[in-house]
Amino acid sequence: MSVASTQPRPSPAPQQAGAGRDERLAGISVVTRLLQRPELGALIGALAVYLLFATVDATPGHLFTSIAGMQNWTDAASTYGIMAVAVALLMIGGEFDLSAGVMTGTSGLLLGMLITRQQVNVWVGIVIVLIFAGIIGAANGLLVVRTKLPSFIITLATFFVLRGVDVGVTRLLTNTVRFDISDQSPGFASAQSIFGSTFLAPYNFQDAVLWWIAITVIATLVLTQTTFGNWIFAVGGDANAARAVGVPVGRTKVILFMYTAMSAAVVGIMVALRFKGIQSGQGVGLEFFYIIAAVVGGCLLTGGYGSAIGASLGALIIGFAQIGIIFANWDSNWYYTFLGVILFVAVGVNTVVRRRAASARR
Amino acid sequence: MSEPKNGVPLLEVRHVSKYFGSVIALRDISMQVHAGEVTCVLGDNGAGKSTLIKILSGVHTHDEGEFLIDGKEVHFGGPRDARAAGISVVFQDLATVPLMSIWRNFFLGSEPTIGVGPARVLDSGFAKRVMREEMGKMGIDVRDPNQVVGTLSGGERQAVAIARAVYFGAKVLILDEPTSALGVRQSGIVLKYVVQARERGLGVIFITHNPHHAFPVGDRFVLLNRGRLMGSYAKNETSLDELTKMMAGGEELERLSMELEKLAADPGLKQVARELREEAG
Repeated sequence: MSVASTQPRPSPAPQQAGAGRDERLAGISVVTRLLQRPELGALIGALAVYLLFATVDATPGHLFTSIAGMQNWTDAASTYGIMAVAVALLMIGGEFDLSAGVMTGTSGLLLGMLITRQQVNVWVGIVIVLIFAGIIGAANGLLVVRTKLPSFIITLATFFVLRGVDVGVTRLLTNTVRFDISDQSPGFASAQSIFGSTFLAPYNFQDAVLWWIAITVIATLVLTQTTFGNWIFAVGGDANAARAVGVPVGRTKVILFMYTAMSAAVVGIMVALRFKGIQSGQGVGLEFFYIIAAVVGGCLLTGGYGSAIGASLGALIIGFAQIGIIFANWDSNWYYTFLGVILFVAVGVNTVVRRRAASARR
Repeated sequence: MSEPKNGVPLLEVRHVSKYFGSVIALRDISMQVHAGEVTCVLGDNGAGKSTLIKILSGVHTHDEGEFLIDGKEVHFGGPRDARAAGISVVFQDLATVPLMSIWRNFFLGSEPTIGVGPARVLDSGFAKRVMREEMGKMGIDVRDPNQVVGTLSGGERQAVAIARAVYFGAKVLILDEPTSALGVRQSGIVLKYVVQARERGLGVIFITHNPHHAFPVGDRFVLLNRGRLMGSYAKNETSLDELTKMMAGGEELERLSMELEKLAADPGLKQVARELREEAG
């Protein structure tokens, strides 16, 4: 302990039998301390996966390690990252959102419908979509908090309801499975420049990458530096203990569900504006990628532990794998197997870490 | 310490009763809590200990009798009112969040912040310093404020909760079965903190079903049985043996030991029966 402690010791406390620091805790080194960081495993994992795909890269000129390659894998990772950070915060708060994937589709489709059927300005549409997502998130959260049912079940139901609505409404209105958005719609150009454009020509990195980085930074600050962040850890770590000291457990969880759904809305808006249209099946199944990213990033499925940076690194690993497998000329189906193996390893490491962090001496 | 103190008690209940429908949970309970004293509430399971705590901590309201703080009658609308009046409960299981650091646990729910508006952040420097000082007053030297509470021993975790309650202005500290899940050594550590809280001038209510833990630290003893007051004693009016006997209900215990002995084919049960009889005296 003394290694890491830089602050001056307080005036010596009265040393009574059993009151001093246990001698078994004396030798915690800097290395052990680092190992206790939730994101360290993801960082090492990301480096390893990067090196792996840099090695097996079969493209001429080793595209994977070039800036053009970086454009590819950051593009793939960015929308996963935006969602993984939200899902991570929710998971630290002790809950799941299985509707997070399909919610990206629902939001994009709603935006498409508002623009093409109601002729609203794109910016007005974006505001309506965000409010709508907030309501869906609040509904998820209130149902979980009020019924005390597992969020797994509640959001699984939301997932299926939205999935049906997505396809049903789209077919009803368009007779196809897709909304096409004209780039002549009022407000489209300015909205696209924020949500679905590129920067750093000639490499053309996606705007989503900047969103991803900004969201990761803000989420990290909120989680570690604010009162609300303290509450997130507390409600996930032990909701009853948190309630006993006056933390508004229900409100904290509802806000996290709203944040997750609104993040999904941002991603849906990005997809709709970038591709000038959106498929009715958009987002289905992606919820598992978000959960994988969060867990690989060190979040515990049982809540109370994890980090936003870790979740972002988890998303980065998914981006590496998605692009790296293509560049390596492997059958792209191995992508799923690869992520499955990564998840296994990450859960194994996490479990060991938690046992170390939470094991109580009685 | 054993003589009843002069002056107004910090907390007093007079002839308090509580009914849940037709069930009498508590009937005609009276007790006093003085500053700088430990009042032990003893009783077996179902004696009404938890109902009493819930009344004192504002979770339930009493149906009959008087509840006085500093000599003035109060009616709490909820736990928040009780906390504002300086009554703090440390629940055995709900004391702390294991995966959070000591300083985060210490200020959980009452976080100190600096800055304004969206730039308002946790004042972690202040939180860590205060936590160290307060834990130091309990005789615990915290070298690493970032250490997670889960790595502390059960007794130390109780100490974090007690130090927190004291820091946030508790005048009356209610400890709900703080030793029931702990081993012998850890129980001893918690008892030390009970004494320390008393020395700092708090009125401590120590709920337990173990007279061996209550007797060494208690100044007065309130015995509950089936929702009624079975007795109220100052320390010099009773002894550990007496308390134990009353707790167990001497005659009942003797009958139980006889029954056990009849059933006891295996030596393990015989041993239990013998011990029960010894306890019954």
